[in-house]
Amino acid sequence: MFPFLKKEFLHILRDRRTLMILFGMPVAQVLLFGFVLNNEIKDAPIAVLDPAGDYASVTLTNKLVASGYFHIETRLGDAGAIEPEFRKGRIRMALVFPPDFGRALAHEGYATVQLIGDAGDPNTANALINYAQAIIADYQTAYNQGTGAPVGITASTRMQYNPEQKAVFNFVPGVMTMILMLIAAMMTSITLAREKELGTMEVLLVSPLRPIQILLGKTIPYLLLSMLNAVIVVLLGIFVFGMPMRGSVALLAAECFLYMFVSLALGIFISTRAKDQMTAMFFSALGLLMPTMLLSGFIFPRESMPWVLQKIGMAIPATWFNPIIKGIMIKGVGLEALATQTMVLGGMAVFLLALSLKNFKDRL
Amino acid sequence: MPVLFFLIQKEFLQIFRNRIMLPLLLIMPVFQTVLLSFAANYEIKNLAIAVTDHDRSATSRALIRKFTASGYFRLAALPADAKSAEAELATDRADLLLEIPPQMERDFVREKRATIRITANAINAVKAGMAIGYAGNMLRDFNQELLAGSPAAAPARIEIAYSNWYNPRLDYKTFMVPGILGLIVSMIICFLTALNIVREREIGTIEQMNVTPAPKWTFILGKLIPFWLLSLVMMAVGLTVGRLLFDIPMEGSLGLVFLYTLFFTPCMLGLGFLISNFSDTQQQGMFTAWFFLVICILMSGLFTPLESMPDWAQWMNLLNPIRYFVEFMRLVLLKGAGFEDIRHNFLSVLTYAVLVNSLAVATYQKRVS
Amino acid sequence: MSPIIARDLTKTFGAFTAVDRLNLEVRQGEIFGFLGANGAGKTTALRMLTGLLKPSAGTAEVAGIDVSRHPNRVKQRIGYMSQKFSLYEDLTVRENIRLYGGIYGLKPAEIRVKTEQVLRELELTDLQNALARALPLGWKQKLAFSTAMLHDPAIVFLDEPTSGVDPLARRQFWELIYAAAGRGVTLMVTTHYMEEAEYCARVSIMADGRIAALDTPARLKARFGVGTMDEIFRAIRNA
Repeated sequence: MFPFLKKEFLHILRDRRTLMILFGMPVAQVLLFGFVLNNEIKDAPIAVLDPAGDYASVTLTNKLVASGYFHIETRLGDAGAIEPEFRKGRIRMALVFPPDFGRALAHEGYATVQLIGDAGDPNTANALINYAQAIIADYQTAYNQGTGAPVGITASTRMQYNPEQKAVFNFVPGVMTMILMLIAAMMTSITLAREKELGTMEVLLVSPLRPIQILLGKTIPYLLLSMLNAVIVVLLGIFVFGMPMRGSVALLAAECFLYMFVSLALGIFISTRAKDQMTAMFFSALGLLMPTMLLSGFIFPRESMPWVLQKIGMAIPATWFNPIIKGIMIKGVGLEALATQTMVLGGMAVFLLALSLKNFKDRL
Repeated sequence: MPVLFFLIQKEFLQIFRNRIMLPLLLIMPVFQTVLLSFAANYEIKNLAIAVTDHDRSATSRALIRKFTASGYFRLAALPADAKSAEAELATDRADLLLEIPPQMERDFVREKRATIRITANAINAVKAGMAIGYAGNMLRDFNQELLAGSPAAAPARIEIAYSNWYNPRLDYKTFMVPGILGLIVSMIICFLTALNIVREREIGTIEQMNVTPAPKWTFILGKLIPFWLLSLVMMAVGLTVGRLLFDIPMEGSLGLVFLYTLFFTPCMLGLGFLISNFSDTQQQGMFTAWFFLVICILMSGLFTPLESMPDWAQWMNLLNPIRYFVEFMRLVLLKGAGFEDIRHNFLSVLTYAVLVNSLAVATYQKRVS
Repeated sequence: MSPIIARDLTKTFGAFTAVDRLNLEVRQGEIFGFLGANGAGKTTALRMLTGLLKPSAGTAEVAGIDVSRHPNRVKQRIGYMSQKFSLYEDLTVRENIRLYGGIYGLKPAEIRVKTEQVLRELELTDLQNALARALPLGWKQKLAFSTAMLHDPAIVFLDEPTSGVDPLARRQFWELIYAAAGRGVTLMVTTHYMEEAEYCARVSIMADGRIAALDTPARLKARFGVGTMDEIFRAIRNA
């Protein structure tokens, strides 16, 4: 089997273009997520309608701008001017003061301010309104402290595991999860489908190599490649973006291998069902990768998904692997805390490997 | 151009004969769009909280109820001490810890102030930030209710009236469905084009074509036109389902949407073709296309806002066709923007399509060097 | 003027020279055998002559047109059949014929007539609506040949047309070639089956990118003092 393995390796190494992409992709993704993509709100353009322009309203407006979240794109003269600004996409939110804001607050102890969000992008609208509310509430508290009024219950908050609230803590594990899945599953399924398409699979099957040996020979190179990739992503995360590595390296490596086995088995399974490369690719991309990206909790929180999708998410290996990486690298926990996830992955691995092997033997 | 006719005819014959691919193409986008639109939102709901209540008073219980009744949080555990609370956080059984100090009610009654501790799992910093924001709002409301009946001077209060235009219920589907649909159709079309051509190269049929007098651009058009039409069908099916299932507002004229898709798809087709010119095997083509598409999708503004990207990234985005598409969909399908408003976008897309297709034709070699 | 002329035709891939200053002239109406072992450079030379590959040096003239400079001009006048079956396997026999007829500019009526003609000649009428994939190799090759001839080219290039085909089908194929030559078509055929050389008017034997011998089969056998083409080939190899 060894010469067979060697041939597979050489074959992969010779395809420079694919290799470049296999390694370039995760690096590009990590860099993208790190430097370009973030959900943080910063300098969101807003419009202000402040007819009176008194001390209170101006102070409040300045406080909003000073937070860094908002940036005044334009000052409006009347309410009718708001809609066109939204339609053109120039502002994300409008801040509207009544003409007697300061006076009402001082004399009647009560004033209203209006926030209009552009919910064409609900994520941003929600966040912006959230932030604005918090800042206005802070202003209210400060205003009241100045007058000695009661404060009520306050909360002291602590950001556990990630006090500096760095986005990298969330996306590096996510990217790792995706990459390991991508290389192991997608590449495997395509490679095997290729042999089928070109007819060389039959040649292999009549050779003295046993099916399991053929499978291993084809998949081990990709296993190692994706491991290498994972290492690169982790190193990037640690040294470029400051991710911690608080847990055991051995445990991390072991869990990665486990996850890769699961992905591999998925890849083999897909290849047994696809008749050519294009089909294998479509199945991997649309059937595997998209759901992984979107249902595993990597980008969108699972708790707010409909029940059905949450359940489907549980069948996705990435959903279980993500917390494992975060647990080991960021929280620094050991196997006891990750027992459930590990066992689920282990079960998936065994089940899928058995299923794929059986399929592989039955179908050509 | 009769030659073109024969080429297009051949392409369609092949497409319809592919029993697996054709249904896949029609069903997949719709299926994916439906599935993923339900998933794709950043709302905070049902976060698990673990509460350590050292006070066990009526006030503390009322406070806990306020949190759990909101829908944002659900009570996952009631650990007795700090250590077991930490364990809940460590095993992901809870996302947020609430610690109510002993004698909170007494402090509150006496001095009208008390402090509770909230610890959030901040690995997903944005989620944690939002959660803490909501918690803060809840506390403020709670305070309002508690202090309303107190004899002391009431504090000044700023009432915030907020509304959301274009999507009053903050329904993420309205926003995500057209975007994701366009995304998936674009992706599929780009892949199909690239792979189709590379496949012909791999199996050798392209050589037979190259030896005929058919000019380059005829061959290229013969590939692009069928896929172009295919993408229109896919969009039509998708939009219809979207309208029926999700009741997406279609304020902008539907005709405008189609017109746009007519001019936008060539961008993806040209891109796919360009990639095929530089790929020797289907595998290479797949991965190259995948590489570019994932980056384009992530940077398109669908999942994260364009404004928060650094300047250099926004410049790069000018080369990203999907970015234009997302912007258009949002403006037209949600805000009812008219042609004037999107003219700039439209022209950019036209330019892009012309450029990328010219490049594809220029780099296609009937004669290999 | 000779329909096919190669003058110092050369092709290098990096440090490797696939075709080294090829010089030959194929005469009007002749069946020219372009022989050589696998890897000798035959396919590369053929691809340069048909405008599929750009030469590194030298010129190729086909039907009086400089193919190295104006590859597209010659395409209406030539037919080509590649080593691998390169018609569309997922189209039927009929559809393939129609497609290429249309691409070469035949009118619909002409296409219909020619299609019937080809189906009759190749005895494919019963299989006309079968996918090309379903045909046995020999029939595939015959189909590819006929398709290459649809537009009545004066010059046809065939790259290993009988490779992998059984002897009976090979004979039938050569009958098609003879028929074409009888109509005045000039054919350049590459093959690594040495006995097929006997069917050709003249042959050239390529080795390592160069022509080692070029003449009629009879004269070559005389020159080398052997009885079969095979022995000539071995003699060249051992030289």
